[in-house]
Amino acid sequence: MTDAIVERPIVPTEHRPDRAAHEVGHKVAPLLLTEQSHFCPGCGEPIAARTILENLVELGVAGQSVAVLGIGCYTAMASSFDIDTVQALHGRAPSVATGVKRMKPDSIVFTLQGDGDMVNEGLQEVLHTAARGESVTAILLNNGVFGETGGHMTATSVLGQRTKNTIDGRDAEYHGYPIRIADLIAQLDGVAYVARGSVHSPGAIAKTKKMVHKALQMQVERKGFSFVEILTMCPTGWFIPTIEGPQYMDDTLGQVHTMGELEVRG
Amino acid sequence: MKVLTRGTVTVDVEQCKGCDMCIPACPPGVLSMSREVNGRGYRFPILHPGCTGCQACQQICPDWVFEVFRYEEPIELEVPES
Repeated sequence: MTDAIVERPIVPTEHRPDRAAHEVGHKVAPLLLTEQSHFCPGCGEPIAARTILENLVELGVAGQSVAVLGIGCYTAMASSFDIDTVQALHGRAPSVATGVKRMKPDSIVFTLQGDGDMVNEGLQEVLHTAARGESVTAILLNNGVFGETGGHMTATSVLGQRTKNTIDGRDAEYHGYPIRIADLIAQLDGVAYVARGSVHSPGAIAKTKKMVHKALQMQVERKGFSFVEILTMCPTGWFIPTIEGPQYMDDTLGQVHTMGELEVRG
Repeated sequence: MKVLTRGTVTVDVEQCKGCDMCIPACPPGVLSMSREVNGRGYRFPILHPGCTGCQACQQICPDWVFEVFRYEEPIELEVPES
C-alpha cells in the first residue's frame, strides 16, 4: 500500500501557500508559551489540552481562568499554559479548585487530572466536590494506566487490559473491577453536567470539544459542578505501536467507559 | 487525471515524532509517511493532491505539526492514472 501511495505527486509543505488562501485553526494550541510538545509519540493528552485551551479562548474566559493540575504526564504543561495555574498534590486538585473558586468567585476554575490521580489517589476529593455542587469544572484524562510512572494498572483499567503489573490482563478475581467514574459522579445531586468523550478520531475530538464547552459554560452560568472525562491514548504505557493507539483505545477503554453525555441538568 | 484540491498544509518536519495518527485520520487520504527521517530519526507526513483543508490532521496531531490553509479558489492538481 505504501508503495502505491508514494507514487502520487508530493505537494510542497515547507512554506505557506503562494496563492490566495486563508489559515484555519491554530498550528499550536492557543494559550501555550511553547511550540514544543514534550509528550511521547501518539499521546492523547496534548490533543485533549487543545480542546480545553481552544474553548477558553472561544468562551472569552482565558484571562480569568485558573487551571489546577494533578500529578501526571500532563502536569509539565503547567509551565506552558499562559493562564494562572496551581499545582495540587496527588488527587487533591478538586479540593484546591474549591478553595480557589470560593476565594475568587469570578474566576473560571478547572482541574486537569489523570485517572491515576483522580480515581486512584484522590477519589474522595472529586466525589465530595461534585456532591457539594461546587462551581468548578473537573477534567479527567483517562488512559487506563499510570502513564508517568511506567504504565501500571489504575482503577479505570478495563478487564483484560495488559499493563506493566497485569501482564496477563486485568483479572476481576484478583484486581477487582474498573471504576466508571463519570457514571458514578452522574449519580450525585450537585452536578450540572457530566460527559465522557475521547480523542481517538477527528470526529470524537470535535464532540469532546463541545462537551468541554458545555462544561465550562455551566460554570460561567454558575449551575453547579461540571465534569468531562476524556479518554486518551497512551501507546507507550499500553506497549503498542503508536498507529494502533486510537483503535486500541476504542476497542478496550471505549467499550467499558462508553462515550456520551451522562447528565445535563443545566 | 485532475484532483480537486481545496486546501493545503505546512508540515513542521522537525516537530514530528512519527506517530502516524494523521494518516488514517485524513478523510480524503492524502497524507502518507515519508521514507526519510527528520533530525530526531522520525518519519514524517507528506502531502498529496486532494487536501480539503478540513483540519483533521491538525486536530489529532499531538505534536502541533500542521498549519492548515484553505484556498480562496479551489485548484486542480494533476495526478497520474492509477
